[in-house]
Amino acid sequence: MSEAKGLIKSHTVKKYWMGATGLFLCLFLVGHLAGNLQLFLDGYEGRLQFNEYAVFMTTNPAVKILSYVTYFSILFHAVDGLVITINNRKARPEGYAYSKPSANSLWSSRNMGILGTVIFVYILVHMQNFWYEYKFGETPYMMSEDGQSPMLLDGSSVNGGMIENGEVVKAGESLGPAMRDLYAIVIESFQEPILVAFYVLGMIAIAFHLIHGFQSGFQSLGLKNRKYGPMIDKLGYAFAIVVPLLFAVIPVYLFLVK
Amino acid sequence: MSADKAINITLKVWRQKNADAKGALETYKLDGVSTSSSFLEMMDQLNEQLINEGGSPVQFDHDCREGICGSCNMYINGQPHGPASLNTTCQLHMRSFKDGDTIYVEPWRAKAFPVIKDLVVDRSAFDRIQQAGGFVSVNTSGNTQDANAIPIEKDNADMAFDAATCIGCGACVAACKNASASLFVAAKVSQYALLPQGQVEAKDRVLNMVKQAQKEGFGPCSNTGACEVECPKGISLENIARMNREYLAASLSK
Ligand code: HEM
Ligand code: SF4
Ligand code: FES
Repeated sequence: MSEAKGLIKSHTVKKYWMGATGLFLCLFLVGHLAGNLQLFLDGYEGRLQFNEYAVFMTTNPAVKILSYVTYFSILFHAVDGLVITINNRKARPEGYAYSKPSANSLWSSRNMGILGTVIFVYILVHMQNFWYEYKFGETPYMMSEDGQSPMLLDGSSVNGGMIENGEVVKAGESLGPAMRDLYAIVIESFQEPILVAFYVLGMIAIAFHLIHGFQSGFQSLGLKNRKYGPMIDKLGYAFAIVVPLLFAVIPVYLFLVK
Repeated sequence: MSADKAINITLKVWRQKNADAKGALETYKLDGVSTSSSFLEMMDQLNEQLINEGGSPVQFDHDCREGICGSCNMYINGQPHGPASLNTTCQLHMRSFKDGDTIYVEPWRAKAFPVIKDLVVDRSAFDRIQQAGGFVSVNTSGNTQDANAIPIEKDNADMAFDAATCIGCGACVAACKNASASLFVAAKVSQYALLPQGQVEAKDRVLNMVKQAQKEGFGPCSNTGACEVECPKGISLENIARMNREYLAASLSK
């Protein structure tokens, strides 16, 4: 029992969790990015595909489970990160009068807590913008291409149907929930330059977080060695730049083009 | 002949009467320092000047003065052992500085390395980490097996030897923003983990040494890599990855 207690309290074990949740979140980023890139698709087809994707992401049971794992990872990673950051500080109660940390380490590696906090705030705002709006907000509804008929979640349009309380109703009978138009909210949101700038800033924070974090996660889990270490470093650098960059291009593109 | 010059410098040195006293940086001017002298010789020169002026000399640890004992710990101009790399303070020369330079000299800062006086810190925490598992138990019954009788793969032997070059100076702790002893502990774990003689006690060793380091008050590892850059012996971060692997395997099975 005392050993188990030591395990939960161990700095090393806390870093295993940090690395595991952090790397899981990197996987999540790839999936999320693949979905978001559909916003580049044009015309009615693109709008429909994106909205069908939104339905899939909110109804598929496997995605549901995955999304809970993701929420858990973010919260656990944030709380664990906070505890670790406090422990980091405790180990040096009296600092140096003159210190030159840039001589031996990257800025991002020394500021993961600050970067993480920026990312956390970003995630909250992002959830409010789209997740909350989609679930509980005044979302517009997706209509058939001629703009006349509402649509069901499976993408079929209901000729002569009406929307009442989020349901498609025809001849007084409910046929199921109506498909919402998340695409429209996204486009509309990114007409606001401040929000676009905020999203770009969030992605810069993620980029710096991962420039250190990606390889650090492997190191914490003991997965780096002489053979694969340099490869993990390079992969991490590429990941940290390419993934946030692609994310950031989307709001900028939507602002400029739509 | 090398260009042996004399430079004039200003020193800002941490002075602290004892463990409980509140210390402060004191400023001293020191003229005519030979650029060929080592940093410790310069400190000797400062102490001579202080004694001649009736002051008390700056206390600092030193022993071998050739980079092997690991006792000459000073945080010089914002870096452990000063600006040069792969060196201890005794191996740092005054030619690394220019005439008119101001040089900060501070003790290692870590909760687990309390200041005893001036630049001297108590590094017995490292001894206790060693005692927690940094050894191989052998029966000295009179017929001890010759170590060379056991074949060891060359790569592993080399890596174990590299890890064993750690001199326990504590520069890794001093450099780390979290005052983590990970590089030191990892070196001590690795030097045995890579050898057949170290296998018997491998699990207990890593569990106990890591636990002791945390108990002493050293911080967690953020993988910043500052330790590897500042280590006078160039101990590699791959030792920390190995320690993390060993700890994971050991804590899952023990
Ligand atoms: C998309 C979101 C995120 C991803 C992909 C991510 C990824 C990572 C990775 C891979 C690491 C390295 C783990 C290790 O060193 O073992 C890490 C470290 C860290 N993360 Fe995150 N992270 C994210 C969000 C956050 C958030 C929201 C916070 C805090 C509120 C945070 C705080 C930290 C801290 C403090 C560390 C470093 C801990 C240390 O070693 O001292 N991260 N992150
Ligand atoms: S790992 Fe390097 S810096 Fe740390 S105690 Fe050993 S020799 Fe000194
Ligand atoms: S005095 Fe021994 S290492 Fe410097």
